Amino acid sequence: MERTTGHERRDMVETTTPPRRQPARRSRTLDVMDDELAISVRGLRKAYGDNLAVAGVDLDVHRGEVFALLGPNGAGKTTTVEILEGYRQRDAGEVRVLGADPAHPDPGWRSRVGIVLQGTGEFDELTVAEVVRHFSGFYPGADDPDKVIERVGLGAKARARTHTLSGGQKRRLDVALGIIGRPELLFLDEPTTGFDPEARREFWELIRDLAAAGTTILLTTHYLDEAEALADRVGVIAAGRVVEVAPPNRLGNRQEALATVSWRTPEGTPESAATATPTALVAELAARFGGEVPGLTVTRPTLEDVYLRMIGH
Amino acid sequence: MTTTTKPAAPVATTAGGRRLGAGALALRQGRLEITQFLRSRESVVFTMLFPVVMIAIFASIFTWEITPGVRFTQYFVTGMIATGLMTVSFQNLGIWIPIERDRGVLKRYRGTPMPKWVWFAGKVIMVVAIGVAETALLLAVSAVFFDLNLPSTAGRWLTFAWVAALGVTACTLCGIAISSLARTARSGSAVVTPVALILQFISGVFFVFTGLPGWMQQVAALFPLKWMCQGLRAVFLPDSFGAQEPAGSFELGRVALVLALWCVIGLVLCLTTFRWTTKRDG
Repeated sequence: MERTTGHERRDMVETTTPPRRQPARRSRTLDVMDDELAISVRGLRKAYGDNLAVAGVDLDVHRGEVFALLGPNGAGKTTTVEILEGYRQRDAGEVRVLGADPAHPDPGWRSRVGIVLQGTGEFDELTVAEVVRHFSGFYPGADDPDKVIERVGLGAKARARTHTLSGGQKRRLDVALGIIGRPELLFLDEPTTGFDPEARREFWELIRDLAAAGTTILLTTHYLDEAEALADRVGVIAAGRVVEVAPPNRLGNRQEALATVSWRTPEGTPESAATATPTALVAELAARFGGEVPGLTVTRPTLEDVYLRMIGH
Repeated sequence: MTTTTKPAAPVATTAGGRRLGAGALALRQGRLEITQFLRSRESVVFTMLFPVVMIAIFASIFTWEITPGVRFTQYFVTGMIATGLMTVSFQNLGIWIPIERDRGVLKRYRGTPMPKWVWFAGKVIMVVAIGVAETALLLAVSAVFFDLNLPSTAGRWLTFAWVAALGVTACTLCGIAISSLARTARSGSAVVTPVALILQFISGVFFVFTGLPGWMQQVAALFPLKWMCQGLRAVFLPDSFGAQEPAGSFELGRVALVLALWCVIGLVLCLTTFRWTTKRDG
């Protein structure tokens, strides 16, 4: 629902600016597609000494999409994202972020991109309101600082020094600084690491809010449930490569995967079989046992199973 | 990828559309830096009060006159002014920038559309404001409680102004430059403090410069602090004292030259070595 309103709004914006878009639409070139992509990455490589952190990443993120880059620690998520954010230089590959090469970020581009880094940069001596207000001055189209503080749920803490905030509250401040410039594209690098479950739920609501308002979001996480809860599509990254990109419910062909049927033999030893036709097998077992099958379970691989298989466990 | 048919870069939806001018950006950055400085109690006590406490101690111990009518305070205050200016610029920046870099504050600024120079301008504004306040406090306390004679002519005040300005500029640039040597937040003070302390001892801050061993004077003459002290002596001591300087005069021309040279060295070091992120951070 929320997502849809976001898309509709963007479409409206697009149709109200025909002079720029129409010539491009007539000639369906790569560039038109570029324009519909917030992020486009081909063959991205980055090594630190002998360590190949990013080993050929391909990635497309559409405008208005919430894309989760899911992978274990050290898979190359942060390196990839920091190249896209303009913090790191790549060794090879083609990268376009909002139509520009992030290797040479200019203030105009910076004002359209919001960044929530993994490590927080803290301003211990300042209050939440002071920091947010100060950063709002950097952006030509900045949002109202008080509104943003309310929106991230720090209204009650606006006058508190930032060093008195809890971990979760500091993260909210990070997000406030990431969205104060009303970015078209928001990067969130492991935004909820270290959160308690309730704080994570609240945070997810905030992200959904932003997505509903049409913000493109690239999120990195090593939490499966987070990717599943937030993302339109998930890219699984392992050992510096994107091994699969799919909507969370279709990751690893989970739907079509073999089901595992488990039961106990009359002697009590556990038995199991992987099958594409679990119903038939259960019927057969029922016939064999003449009724109840002891210890019967039918399971399909969980997202976690699929994910662990993909990242090589 | 074809570049010829590329549509114009999409413009940001600048509904509010107000972009602050360069001056406004610099001023608010400076105000933020000053606020941060004043709220960090250790910085205030160390930077603002240390020179005052030192002058109180020295003026109470050394109560005699160097020559009739010239108290020791008159000599010692020059070293304290120079030390104070170095503390507020060189030490302050050399210690705080690594902390901010380690915390990721600098990285965060780099992720915004803020032009890089604005951040430096903010630091400079903070250094100048705190430096002026600290020096004024030191002079006021010394004049009121320890019979310091303030410069009597406009010419001396002018010398005071340019020596202080050049000295602070050199020390600010060197402080920014040396901040890149520290690998972690905590090592900033370990890098900067010994340098500052040694320079203070060999540059004639605590002792009469000409009383130091010749080789020590030679080493000190390579660094800015000695020249700041010497320039300030021309401001606060009678002209006749110039004869007691190593070269037989206050050498104001050379003071200007050496300090300007250090400004250039500091600037080059800043431009070539400054890092917005820590080493482990790319």
